[in-house]
Amino acid sequence: MADLSIDFAGIKAPNPFWLASAPPTNSGYQVMKAFDAGWGGAVWKTLGVPVVNVSSRYGAINYRDTRMAGFNNIELITDRPLADNLKEIEEVKKYFPDHAVIASLMVESKAEWEQIIKDVENAGADGIELNFGCPHGMCERGMGSAVGQEPEVLKTIVGWVMEAANIPVITKLSPNISHITDPGLAAVQGGTDAISLINTIKSIVGIDLDSYAPYPIVDGKGTNGGYCGPAVKPIAMHMLKDLAKHPEIGKVPISGIGGIETWRDVVEFILLGATSVQVCTAVMHYGFGIVREMEAGLQKFMNDKGYNTIYDFAGKALPNVTEWKHLNLKHKVVADINEEKCIGCELCYIACDDGAHQAIALPENGENRVPSIIEKNCVGCNLCSLVCPVEGCITMVKKDDGTEHMTWHERTEAGTIPTTFNDKLAGGLGHYVPEPKLALKNKNGHKNGS
Amino acid sequence: MAEYKKPKNESEFNQNFAQKKPLMNDTEAYYESSRCLFCYDAPCMNACPTHIDIPLFIKQIHTDNVEGAAATIYDANWFGNACGKVCPTGMLCEGACVYNHQNVPPIDIGRLQNYATDKVIREKTKLFKEGESNGRKVAVVGAGPAGLACACELKTMGYEVDVYEAKSKPSGLTVHGVAPYKITNEEVLAEMDYLQEQLNYTIHYNHPVNADEINKMINKYDAIFLGVGLGATAKRGLPGEEKEGVVGAVEFIEELRMNHSDKSVGDKVVVIGGGNTAMDAASGSARLGASEVTLAYRNSKEKMGAYDFEYDLALHAGVKGLFNATPLEIIGNGSVSGVRFIRTKEENGKLTEVQGSEFTIACDQVIMATGQAKQTQLFQQIEGLKLDDKNRLVVNEAYQCTHPKFFAGGDAVNGGAEVVNAAYHGKIAAQGIDNWLNNK
Ligand SMILES: Cc1cc2nc3c(=O)[nH]c(=O)nc-3n(C[C@H](O)[C@H](O)[C@H](O)COP(=O)(O)OP(=O)(O)OC[C@H]3O[C@@H](n4cnc5c(N)ncnc54)[C@H](O)[C@@H]3O)c2cc1C
Ligand SMILES: Cc1cc2nc3c(=O)[nH]c(=O)nc-3n(C[C@H](O)[C@H](O)[C@H](O)COP(=O)(O)O)c2cc1C
Ligand code: SF4
Ligand code: SF4
Ligand code: SF4
Repeated sequence: MADLSIDFAGIKAPNPFWLASAPPTNSGYQVMKAFDAGWGGAVWKTLGVPVVNVSSRYGAINYRDTRMAGFNNIELITDRPLADNLKEIEEVKKYFPDHAVIASLMVESKAEWEQIIKDVENAGADGIELNFGCPHGMCERGMGSAVGQEPEVLKTIVGWVMEAANIPVITKLSPNISHITDPGLAAVQGGTDAISLINTIKSIVGIDLDSYAPYPIVDGKGTNGGYCGPAVKPIAMHMLKDLAKHPEIGKVPISGIGGIETWRDVVEFILLGATSVQVCTAVMHYGFGIVREMEAGLQKFMNDKGYNTIYDFAGKALPNVTEWKHLNLKHKVVADINEEKCIGCELCYIACDDGAHQAIALPENGENRVPSIIEKNCVGCNLCSLVCPVEGCITMVKKDDGTEHMTWHERTEAGTIPTTFNDKLAGGLGHYVPEPKLALKNKNGHKNGS
Repeated sequence: MAEYKKPKNESEFNQNFAQKKPLMNDTEAYYESSRCLFCYDAPCMNACPTHIDIPLFIKQIHTDNVEGAAATIYDANWFGNACGKVCPTGMLCEGACVYNHQNVPPIDIGRLQNYATDKVIREKTKLFKEGESNGRKVAVVGAGPAGLACACELKTMGYEVDVYEAKSKPSGLTVHGVAPYKITNEEVLAEMDYLQEQLNYTIHYNHPVNADEINKMINKYDAIFLGVGLGATAKRGLPGEEKEGVVGAVEFIEELRMNHSDKSVGDKVVVIGGGNTAMDAASGSARLGASEVTLAYRNSKEKMGAYDFEYDLALHAGVKGLFNATPLEIIGNGSVSGVRFIRTKEENGKLTEVQGSEFTIACDQVIMATGQAKQTQLFQQIEGLKLDDKNRLVVNEAYQCTHPKFFAGGDAVNGGAEVVNAAYHGKIAAQGIDNWLNNK
């Protein structure tokens, strides 16, 4: 069995699975239940001056048969008095001394920061997380993402906190910004011990087609919410990569958040440099029990690969994430259809013909519905292999012999890049495209439309 | 056996004849519709005799445009609701679904179709419009799937349509013939009302038309559509066929459908035949409470014309199969007391009787499921109609008969198939009538 325990900027936990600051960490009852279920840490629902919430708080994107592929909320920070929360933090730590309890905080003035830090330290919190991410409601009052979007302000506040705090400090960033490295660097320059990201993304998940109000609807009106859940994972991973690869920011540990639900998500985040992960939506959807699947999967992955701790593979994908200009232009793949597996849906055909490069042909006789690849037209875009509903039916086969290497960067250096509109060096020069009028040839005989 | 007790009232009848394809609820429809791949040139659609745009209507169900889904279905098939329940979908659309190639259950197309159409029927959503009157008049003989599909289509094009029907209810064998566990009478008739309320064709019930009357129609109407289907169960010339307790399968099922628990059946029943109608009659007898039902077919099980799933349904109802046995005589003093059979075997591809292998099965009811007679007599008396060697009406690809004023479709033309084929013929024939009249 691999050792899943972590030491995250001095915060120790039996495993890297933490609950993100959100409704699942509203109370001592929930956090105790979560630890009992197997979670290694919990970032308490953000504490501050208690708020008043609206009724009707969440909205979601359902995709096909998947509920909550994306999730959206307009909730604010805790609406419970600080004293109640502190009492429960203390109690949790009594029962679970080895688990990580991190207090998420959001207040306005320097004096408030100093006071609340003292309070949570006294309650026994193992660390502090600064919520500079909430993109709805709190930001209208100059807090949350309003801070996360102003690197200078962020740096100042991190400075105040570092002066006051005796326990490790994590700065939680907002993704609602064009360069995540700007607030990331500000946090590090302010002295933060660690970073966590992402908080939610500003969003509108839907409009009611009768009342014309955005979801979630509060008495006929709505507001932008914060988007999270599986849909945001790619955005979170990209930002994580930007921070982890940054020469300054990459020196502090990063807790990855955003759309994590399965062991695979966990492994991917760790490969991109995270050394703890936080989960909110998946727990709101399935309850604390999902950690069983995460833990079993992570254990198996580490066993299969021979890793003893997560630090053995943390960040291992980072060297392979590079800039476009360093990709090998001589690499060539072509689609290949496994006729045995093909079920004849012909989605690959129509995807390539309508959405890519007209490189797939239908069978001549129409009897057997297995399409075939026209190799000379295939640019190796992957589209067909992505739409194919059968696992492993379309594979992308490497066609170059691996001896040649030429990147855009190298071509730029060598002066062999296209520079004029009709440059003979255009990559697609001479590539097959059908005559435009061929598009209309089947108009009368078109089976799907007749 | 006796898996089913004789139903004493409507609720017991409904239990014994529980629907094989119950109505989907919204959640089931949502999840099932999400599985459809939206195949290109979809094989399910090509396998549907009416070419319903199946991927489209399934996507419409999934995006909560159920009305739109129903419109897509009716656009291709006027019996969209009935077909969802009575079509042998495993042989048609669902049999062609690409999921079969992956050993994944195919999309439940029939029930999704039924779900979408049920909603508009129940909510009386107006989907159809009579065309602006073109001053032309068409007579339709027979209010079965063929005749009514033709009537509906003609009405959308502005024709005046008179339907003549021998019986007192519309839909032909859909309500009188199809097994009760496939569709209820209420469901069939609700769809018929739904269509007629919007399209306003006239149906003259209890009005069997004879050849004379039909010949007179030639001058009264611009065109005449014959959708008369097949006739009664054909006599087979078996000694004892006239005895009390011997009935034709189609007649038996019609009584069953019309009278439900009031219909009585013998205690020991022998059903003779190997087609789908034989399966329905045998299943029906068992579900009506017969203690023993024997399905006797002269050839082997493999040679039986019935679909496998129909035979399985009969077996599940407790029916016993008897193969390679051909009836010699129905015995009994006035009323039936048994059937004398002789064994058969296949020799050099020919079925022969095995000498000395006679045996008797005791019974008090015999159901002859040996095929329906054609309406040959009627057709022979109508001017200019040609029949093929199987006594089916000869038509061209527009379903026009050899007398140009006559069009025909359904069982009368194909010799007996499914509701969906008849509905398709009726629709295409209506378009044929319109084309012919416009180009005359
Ligand atoms: C027992 C049985 C079970 C079946 N089960 C199924 C099934 O599960 N699924 C399926 O898809 N199909 C099934 N079928 C077949 C299907 O019912 C027929 O193929 C279909 O109904 C044919 O339609 P039609 O319009 O050609 O004829 P019919 O449905 O026979 O309609 C003909 C109509 O014309 C009327 N008529 C006839 N002569 C005259 C006249 N001279 N004047 C006025 N009216 C007249 C009749 O009363 C009848 O209403 C079954 C058939 C039978 C017999
Ligand atoms: C209802 C709700 C309330 C949240 N409240 C807070 C909060 O008080 N403090 C905070 O830092 N993040 C809050 N978040 C953001 C989450 O902690 C987390 O960053 C985000 O949901 C992404 O993770 P996920 O994809 O696993 O849900 C909240 C999220 C949700 C859905
Ligand atoms: S990889 Fe792209 S170009 Fe090649 S066949 Fe597939 S869809 Fe077409
Ligand atoms: S998408 Fe896959 S299964 Fe469908 S036709 Fe293409 S290769 Fe076959
Ligand atoms: S074949 Fe099956 S999956 Fe494909 S469109 Fe038809 S119902 Fe959908």
